[in-house]
Amino acid sequence: MDDMAGDHPGAEVLLQGNEAMARGALEAGVAWASGYPGNPSSEIIETLARAASEKRLYVEWSVNEKVALEAAAAASFAGMRALATMKQNGVNVCLDALTSLALSGIKGGLVLIAADDPSSISSGNEEDSRFAAALAHLPLLEPATPQEAKDMVRFAFDLSERIGNICLVRSVSRLSHTRANVILGELPGGRGRPRFDTSRPFITLPAVPHHQVMYDKLDQAEAEFEESPFNHYEGPPKPDLMIAACGPSYLYAREAVEMLGLEDRTGILKLGTTYPLPQKFVAEHLAKAASVLVAEEIDPVLERSLKVLAAETGDRIGAKRFYGKRSGHVSPTGESGPGLVARALARIVGREFEPGDPDYRRRAAQVVDELVPPREFGFCPGCPHRASYWAIKQVLASDDRQGFVVGDVGCYTMGIWPTGFNQVKMAHAMGSGVGMSSGFGKLDAMGFAQPVISVVGDSTFFHAAIPALINATYNQAGFLLVVLDNAATAMTGFQPHPGTGVSVTGERLSRISIERICDAMGLEVTVCDPYDIESTTAVLRDRLRRLDTVRVIIMRRPCALVQGRADGFDYRMHVDENLCRGEECGCDRYCNRVFRCPGLVWDASSNRARIDEVICVGCGVCETVCPAGAIVKETI
Amino acid sequence: MTSLNLEPLNLIITGVGGQGNVLISQVLARALVGQGLKTTVGETFGLSQRGGSVQSHVRVSRNKIFGPLIPEGQAHAVLGLEPLETLRVMASYGQPDIQVLVNARPVQPLNVIAGQDRYPADEALLDALRGLAAKVWWLNATAEAQGLGAAIMANIVMLGALTATGIMPVEAKDLEEALAEVLADDRLEQNLAAFRRGLELID
Repeated sequence: MDDMAGDHPGAEVLLQGNEAMARGALEAGVAWASGYPGNPSSEIIETLARAASEKRLYVEWSVNEKVALEAAAAASFAGMRALATMKQNGVNVCLDALTSLALSGIKGGLVLIAADDPSSISSGNEEDSRFAAALAHLPLLEPATPQEAKDMVRFAFDLSERIGNICLVRSVSRLSHTRANVILGELPGGRGRPRFDTSRPFITLPAVPHHQVMYDKLDQAEAEFEESPFNHYEGPPKPDLMIAACGPSYLYAREAVEMLGLEDRTGILKLGTTYPLPQKFVAEHLAKAASVLVAEEIDPVLERSLKVLAAETGDRIGAKRFYGKRSGHVSPTGESGPGLVARALARIVGREFEPGDPDYRRRAAQVVDELVPPREFGFCPGCPHRASYWAIKQVLASDDRQGFVVGDVGCYTMGIWPTGFNQVKMAHAMGSGVGMSSGFGKLDAMGFAQPVISVVGDSTFFHAAIPALINATYNQAGFLLVVLDNAATAMTGFQPHPGTGVSVTGERLSRISIERICDAMGLEVTVCDPYDIESTTAVLRDRLRRLDTVRVIIMRRPCALVQGRADGFDYRMHVDENLCRGEECGCDRYCNRVFRCPGLVWDASSNRARIDEVICVGCGVCETVCPAGAIVKETI
Repeated sequence: MTSLNLEPLNLIITGVGGQGNVLISQVLARALVGQGLKTTVGETFGLSQRGGSVQSHVRVSRNKIFGPLIPEGQAHAVLGLEPLETLRVMASYGQPDIQVLVNARPVQPLNVIAGQDRYPADEALLDALRGLAAKVWWLNATAEAQGLGAAIMANIVMLGALTATGIMPVEAKDLEEALAEVLADDRLEQNLAAFRRGLELID
């Protein structure tokens, strides 16, 4: 990580997009960085945290994205440069704060990096956070490469300070998680002390004049964007077709034009400042061609802005034919890529396009189709969630009231799939499961009698479940809350949270106890270890008996990946070949078919279940699964 | 080591979440950048690491940063940490001149474990790969890594093997330096041994 933080201006190093954005913030003299973890944004905060003590900046994982932005705003109000980072869902969480802050304005440069996830590679949704720019009247930058990501974040702080408002930077997974050469810039020297000027309050009222000020600030940003090095045109002076591209789609467009050999007919208008559009610059280049293909990811946001501009300037730049997501040349769902842009381009110019060697590709597709089964997502070997859902499954299956599980956001969302025995029947936003359970828990008066189990992770509990739990408790809703406490924000990379007792920069902090929060609401809490299937099942069965109020079970066991790195596991597992009766057993391969742990496989040659010693971590949970008792755990 | 005669050179590193795909793509890219080459690595993180397929796209150029995704049908080489995943990428990214290194140790998909799908026999996988690639190295990297004390180092064994093929324009010493920069001190010796074992696997 020395590469990211080193004071070597001009050095060319390999940086991940997220590291490059962190570097850009350091070059801008950032004093504060806060965020909530979420793919693909997490490494920005983690990278800054590693540099925190040397560069004297404060870095925190905040409890949620709204608090992250508000806390960063405080640093800005006190004159310091501050950064808030999050994934697309986080922008929704902080939106109320964002639109208010945009009205009041800010002082020290305040930058919000939102990392979107086209193709939902690691998200519960596929959402375009760029709408927030228009909604909150804030300038928006869209970097294409790690180099530009660094440079744009650096610039965003200056712009934010000059216009007195927040500046948004939008990344996507293929930028945040792309490593490439980055040439470092200079790191600043010292910086001032935070001080709040009491003669200059930050308030939203009177709202109407402030609303006008937001428009004025956007005009100021637009004037800067007219001269921005982040926008350029490349291609012939009079192209037949113009591709307007932003983010990594610029690189895809460049490669697509080369693949089709259309360099002499096609121009690329590379746009890095996409809201507000620099109207003069864009109109001047749009005037060059009658046809425009828009290359961008997720929703047609740039496409709409360009169409508005074309409508307003049509008398000067001529009528345009637009191709993109609205015309069906590019899909509005899923991530882009060089092949997808090439296909759109080929269709527009009336050419056939098949990537690579068509005969070979047909042959390869046939072989793969015949031989290669899909690989579904699953809990890791030793994952405590598998054990928790196993216990829940046993209890619900033996209860004739048709109970069900309301899910939430984290690794345990995978309870919707066979790896979690399809137990989870709904999953939405952070904390939503507890809110919905609060609703289910009040339907009894109308005759609803199905027991509801609400599962929520430890980090999600702190992030958004507490208000919902207060709501449920106060309004006397009845359900079983199961907190799956694995001592980490696991899905996004094991980040600490208020229940872990450690900060992102490694300081020891006082743990905030989930039990005591529940206790303060007057709720009965039981803690159990999900690896102990027998007692977990017994506790679940008992607590589900009567649900006239909220009852809480905390299933506590560290994430297997964390435990594997720390203390390791207690057992060595093996299948007793004499007890396992293979396919002759009436269980029909119960352990494989239903339990589905990647470490417990089928050995076709011996016709027996077998532990894959490379994959099994030794959690011991599967011991209870075999009806013949053939799975044996030995204490190491 | 070869000089860079493709523009760009496209390598896919593929495997299953948890096999250390990202680590070796990072080490390799560091060494390439150290040679003054423009290198782009598109990585898959997050949910895919929970048992799913994971790919890194490594693209190397003399003078230009390429996009993070290799166009379909344009991979020059595949470094496969798992046989099924290695064959899987051939459909989208393979072409007749592709060279393939594959770790022979399967990681069974959950649907195979559950008895709903079949994992092909070694010979069927190897035949299929040979039918689609100009050259295939079928390597027992996990077994070698187990012999050196930890199965998890199969990725480093494979990185060593890749280096020895001369497909990538880097030398073993560049990669050993990159490993030393990226790995914690207490893990370095063991991983260097794994890397050197990988070098020896290629004739």
